[in-house]
Amino acid sequence: MIHSLFVINHLGDIFLEKHWKSVISRSVCDYFFEAREKAVDPENVPPVLQTPHHYLISIYRGKLFFLSVIQTEVPPLFVIEFLHRVADTFQDYFGECSESVISDNVVIVYELLEEMLDNGFPLATESNVLKEMIRPPNILRSVVNTLTGGSNVGETLPQGQLSNIPWRRAGVKYTNNEAYFDVTEEIDAIVDKSGTTVSAEIQGVIEACVKLSGMPDLTMSFMNPRLLDDVSFHPCVRFRRWESERVLSFIPPDGNFTLMTYHISSQNLVAIPVYVKQSISFFEAGSCGRLDITIGPKQTMGKTVEDLKVTVHMPKAVLNANLTASQGNYTYDFTTKLLVWDIGKLNPQKLPNLRGSLSMQTGVPNPEENPSLNIDLKIQQLAISGLKVSRLDMYGEMYKPFKGVKYVTKAGKFQVRT
Amino acid sequence: MTAMQKLLQLPVNAVNMVKTVQSQVQGQEEDKSPVLTPDSGQQAWYSALQPDELRHLRSGGTGGGGGGDQEERAPLEEGGGGGFQTQPLRHDDLKEMLDSNKDSLKLEAMKRIVAMIARGKNASDLFPAVVKNVACKNIEVKKLVYVYLVRYAEEQQDLALLSISTFQRGLKDPNQLIRASALRVLSSIRVTIIVPIMMLAIKEAASDMSPYVRKTAAHAIPKLYSLDPEQKDQLIEVIEKLLADKTTLVAGSVVMAFEEVCPERIDLIHKNYRKLCNLLIDVEEWGQVVIINMLTRYARTQFLNPNINESLLEEGGSGDKTFYGSDEDEDEDEEEKEKKAEAAAMAKRKPYVMDPDHRLLLRNTKPLLQSRNAAVVMAVAQLYFHLAPKAEVGVIAKALVRLLRSHSEVQYVVLQNVATMSIKRRGMFEPYLKSFYIRSTDPTQIKVLKLEVLTNLANETNISTILREFQTYIKSMDKDFVAATIQAIGRCATNISEVRDTCLNGLVQLLSNRDELVVAESVVVIKKLLQMQPEKHSDIIKHMAKLTDNIQVPMARASILWLIGEYCEHVPKIAPDVLRKMAKSFTNEEDIVKLQIINLAAKLYLTNSKQTKLLTQYVLNLAKYDQNYDIRDRARFIRQLIVPTEKSGALSKYAKKLFLALKPAPVLESPFKDRDHFQLGSLSHLLNAKAGGYQELPDWPEAAPDPSVRNVEVPEWTKCSSREKRKEKKVEKPFYTDSEGESGPTESADSESDSASGLESSSGSEESGSGSESEESKEASESEEEEEEEEEEQKKKKKKDLKKPVQESESEQSSEEEERKHQRKSKPRKSESESESDEDEESESESSQSESEDSESEAEVKKKKKTAESKPPPKPLKKESKKEKKEMSLLDLDDFEPAPSPQVTPVNTFLSNSLVTDLEGLSLSDSVLSPATIAPSSALKSYELLHRITGEGLSVEYCFSRQPFSPDANMVAVQMQFTNSASSDTKNLHIEDVKLQSGMRVKEFPEIELLPAGETATAVMGIDFCDSTQAANFQLCTHTRKFFVSIQPPVGELMRPVFLTENEFKKEQGQLMGMNEITEKLTLDVKCRNEHAIVQRVTTAANLSRVPCGSDKECRFAGRTVTSGSLVLVTVATKEEGAAQLTVNCEKMVIGTMLVKDILQALTQ
Repeated sequence: MIHSLFVINHLGDIFLEKHWKSVISRSVCDYFFEAREKAVDPENVPPVLQTPHHYLISIYRGKLFFLSVIQTEVPPLFVIEFLHRVADTFQDYFGECSESVISDNVVIVYELLEEMLDNGFPLATESNVLKEMIRPPNILRSVVNTLTGGSNVGETLPQGQLSNIPWRRAGVKYTNNEAYFDVTEEIDAIVDKSGTTVSAEIQGVIEACVKLSGMPDLTMSFMNPRLLDDVSFHPCVRFRRWESERVLSFIPPDGNFTLMTYHISSQNLVAIPVYVKQSISFFEAGSCGRLDITIGPKQTMGKTVEDLKVTVHMPKAVLNANLTASQGNYTYDFTTKLLVWDIGKLNPQKLPNLRGSLSMQTGVPNPEENPSLNIDLKIQQLAISGLKVSRLDMYGEMYKPFKGVKYVTKAGKFQVRT
Repeated sequence: MTAMQKLLQLPVNAVNMVKTVQSQVQGQEEDKSPVLTPDSGQQAWYSALQPDELRHLRSGGTGGGGGGDQEERAPLEEGGGGGFQTQPLRHDDLKEMLDSNKDSLKLEAMKRIVAMIARGKNASDLFPAVVKNVACKNIEVKKLVYVYLVRYAEEQQDLALLSISTFQRGLKDPNQLIRASALRVLSSIRVTIIVPIMMLAIKEAASDMSPYVRKTAAHAIPKLYSLDPEQKDQLIEVIEKLLADKTTLVAGSVVMAFEEVCPERIDLIHKNYRKLCNLLIDVEEWGQVVIINMLTRYARTQFLNPNINESLLEEGGSGDKTFYGSDEDEDEDEEEKEKKAEAAAMAKRKPYVMDPDHRLLLRNTKPLLQSRNAAVVMAVAQLYFHLAPKAEVGVIAKALVRLLRSHSEVQYVVLQNVATMSIKRRGMFEPYLKSFYIRSTDPTQIKVLKLEVLTNLANETNISTILREFQTYIKSMDKDFVAATIQAIGRCATNISEVRDTCLNGLVQLLSNRDELVVAESVVVIKKLLQMQPEKHSDIIKHMAKLTDNIQVPMARASILWLIGEYCEHVPKIAPDVLRKMAKSFTNEEDIVKLQIINLAAKLYLTNSKQTKLLTQYVLNLAKYDQNYDIRDRARFIRQLIVPTEKSGALSKYAKKLFLALKPAPVLESPFKDRDHFQLGSLSHLLNAKAGGYQELPDWPEAAPDPSVRNVEVPEWTKCSSREKRKEKKVEKPFYTDSEGESGPTESADSESDSASGLESSSGSEESGSGSESEESKEASESEEEEEEEEEEQKKKKKKDLKKPVQESESEQSSEEEERKHQRKSKPRKSESESESDEDEESESESSQSESEDSESEAEVKKKKKTAESKPPPKPLKKESKKEKKEMSLLDLDDFEPAPSPQVTPVNTFLSNSLVTDLEGLSLSDSVLSPATIAPSSALKSYELLHRITGEGLSVEYCFSRQPFSPDANMVAVQMQFTNSASSDTKNLHIEDVKLQSGMRVKEFPEIELLPAGETATAVMGIDFCDSTQAANFQLCTHTRKFFVSIQPPVGELMRPVFLTENEFKKEQGQLMGMNEITEKLTLDVKCRNEHAIVQRVTTAANLSRVPCGSDKECRFAGRTVTSGSLVLVTVATKEEGAAQLTVNCEKMVIGTMLVKDILQALTQ
């Protein structure tokens, strides 16, 4: 299936290659570089390319391209999903997924890749299993290893692959048994010029950090499970239980993992926490423009809106911005044409406002389109959909764990058209 | 073969040999001067000396754990820098480290070497030094040596052979992980000479005890195949063996091997089909993808098109699906239509009944739509798209829309597939229209794809919203996207005639846009639109003519010129003027524009030669000397054709006809049209070209191949009474110990304790020993409750087994094993029979899931729940006694005989003996689509047909078995039970003189020739009641007498359950309002205030299936009447204190009213 993998940095250097079958010359990447040249943005490189003898499937993550070489028919999503899993694993192991980190840990990376794929077919992709075989680096261990000549490879052979619960390793022990769940909801919305919502959806995710000894069996139930109209689960969740009783029943992996994601589609009503009043105009004469943005709270359920931020991709013709912000500060990057207004907390009494003039390049026709505003915000202790975890029960172990749930609402792809 | 013999004779400790070889190699190396042979491996080292490389090396070293000696060495390397001389130095260095006794040094050296490999640097000449460390005790060194070996063994085959003995030893290791890793490396080193060794190793590993080793063996199969395709036949044997494996761990890998080695051997799947379906949910994600894709292909060869009937309906012009149907018809070309007609004709002959195995596949894949892995979701989506009946495909839309939030690469692939699907099944994605709206931050390729989907989804109702969206897109800064939007508008305009003028006007407005690209694209699209009705739009043509002054984009200019030429009659004044201008600029135009200028000139010459004769001559002269031969040729050709000379032939008479012929309007269609002949989700589909190794998705067969091939050859336990038979079977089963011990746990991802699942299944076999199917199923459903007790039982039994003579116990075990196999296979069957015989819905869902849910804790929870529901307690007792009986029978197998089936569950005896029939019932009742939905009624209500006294000893009872009556789907199956309590035999039982209301039909049961005294017999007859509750009257005849009897059905039996989703239900309900809706308020019976009880009572009263519902205050049910197929929807909404409201929606009001009465009675008493 997956023949080879090349990792390429944003400059176009191949700094890692791994072959699972016979070796393929790195010149095969030239086709990719050609496509990369053609697409102005790295995001616009087609994920699947066809060359005379191979197919190239690539993903773009953290300024790196993971490029896999395929020779025969394979579902493209299979490869894409796997490449993302590889990137996730690096992130999990090293805290980030960047060129420097991969170069620094090249041996571990190589060992990981060796374990994750056999003859091009995924073998072990579960983080818990991998961590048993290849230990993630940490400072203490590298010091110890240096002194003793020890290694990162686990001494005992992992049992996870063989057990009936491949995502959890055996013999986990903690002195403090804790289980934390973060319910994060992101609002994806498009609001048009007049302030009416064109589309709005909520994307929710429940991230868990479970540090429990032994083999706990958890059950999570919701006050209002009917809200969740489309869900996807970590493999540990028992689907039938969900179908029949609408509770999440699972034996959790050890550590951090994504328990479930859910989607509340545009067919439902979605509360929009803020409104935006804006007027951006460019004048034909005098080559200047005017900008005036005010943001106010709309449906915030009585909570404060924090980390409010407005990002505007200005048209190419805008040279500079001369604005005053009643709250927070703004920056305008001349090269990327990015106007960022960092507001902070939204005060309902005194609405933040940004106004002033834009200076334009002379002799260039005015842009006919106004840029759209991207809004970032955060509301603590609130899931905007109204989802609430009602209880979390543990079976199978005797101790009393500490349990915690946190709710956060964020703006996802929140866009205001002007 | 000699090479191999040599190999096998290799001494175990090959270090000495390695050393000699190594020194030879070194000697060779020294002979070569790096300068003289620049193209040898040395060259790489030379270039490796660049500072960049050194930096990498150092950083790699520290990252990998940072050897203490590295810091010392680094300056050394640099110190010698500047020439190629340092290069061998570093090699020697590494070699020295590898030769040392210290593991830490070896490790350090290996780390550096691996870092070099990772960067693509050549490290091949270290091979001899590395390879002898293959036997190193340190695990990490060993691992890195493996990495090196796999990379370079192909290049240094002879030396690689030295490592083989280590692996061969590893293959015999008691630790399964070492065995597995030895096989992994052995099969990865791609040395042709060891093919026979690999073959042997694979064969051995395929019957290893450990499922993990077997999995590795499955992985090794494609490796060996790519190395030596000659081994195919032998490998297929191994694949066949591994396909029969029952563990989830192996399933994915072996199907992968199957797909790579012998995808055409679909026959190998038959026997394993049901097992694969049932294991699927517990297989790891990647395996799921491969299995699902393979099963899609399989299903296409084995089952009938589920949409045959629907197309038939559509052609009849009935039903709610005409809308989509007509859509589809448009899309289909003639050929397909013909095919369809054929298929329809076939369908007419025989009503379509979905193969139970087909249903099984759909049912078991559906939960995977909830997977976190996009590839799995896509795989299920394509399976549904290609295999599911039209009405069910809709479920995938939601999941696909969810994927749109994922990484942009995932979005890209998903949108491509959605685009294809949305052409065929527009209705599916319509509710999610807004999810395809475009954000300015989307990458262009995503924008374009979303646009494609939006265009496909456009119809009369939503076009105005879509056009409003498009309007905002046109203003985007991303010009490629704007161009795509304009084309999309053009397509909307062609497809939906209502908005054609609006679109055209909008596009004309765009002509004054400042951006040239936008204008150019608009011109091209307008040209296409105008072609449809040019006479109405001469002003637009005029407007466009003016644009020639400004637009520079060649394609747009060409389009305008073509338009003017084509419709020059509509703009008689402007056209010559345009030609004049063009003649002026002719030499500076692009080729396509030049060609169009010539065309325009020719057309004008033909219509208006007075004004344009000279101009045309001029243009043609210019063209005559053009650089492009196409243009020269065209000019010559046109001159000959239009300018009359004495030599000109007959053709010039027809010049006008040739040039000004009516041209058909272009069809603007999606580039995704007809892409679905590729399997969706595949690479080939994405590229719209066949990729290497792509397996065509076959067309549906016209007649279904024999479904019995999927029956697993496990003779019915009940029939197997002779010991010899069982002994034979013992040979077949491969690893007894393994499946008992090791494979048990892996069977199910969710099961918690190994022993529990193992025990459970074997206890299942124990139960089935009683022989009676009905008993078996009943108990299995309770096995959850009984787990602990059974465990004890099991232990006892084991002890007994031990005491028995060896041979005896062996055969015992083997048969047990056999039975286990059987058991597992027959899980779905169990669940089915439960649906009739048991009211415990949890256990049903549980076992139908094939063991995946039986974790103990869960069982505990369930137990609690059950007690809460206050189950009748005597069951366990009863069971206990039965068990005793069973044990007896197990100990004394020869005496074993099938017990007569008890009366409570006559269905099982009737529907019985082959798995197929059982499954058929299962699938048609749709029970697993929503496991909890069909609340099984505890027992079917029996009615008396003939009393013992009137029948002179013959008594007849009948019940409605709720099974589909296979000879005729429109008939209700009535199961009769004849009991002869007289002292003499009854002969020739049959039906005569049937008196029916018009339209009703009866299918009699086959004559029962002999019913001995005291015996019981059952038979099934079918009655088509025509959706009325009129009685069917007939005579029941014996050899001596005739009895007048009549069967009158309760209204609830006149329907069969259908599965609807909540949305479908609501939609259907919305269409059955007013007269068709009957509402009744009621107070629920005290014992019937929980959901469970309501479901049970309603389903007992009427043959309906439950519809999932988000609220726990409402229960919904759906069914269709058997004859006419009219929908029957029932809703029970509960309120405080037992108050409730019953709503029945049904097109047939009589049925509705009667049903309300029946259900009301059921719920209040």
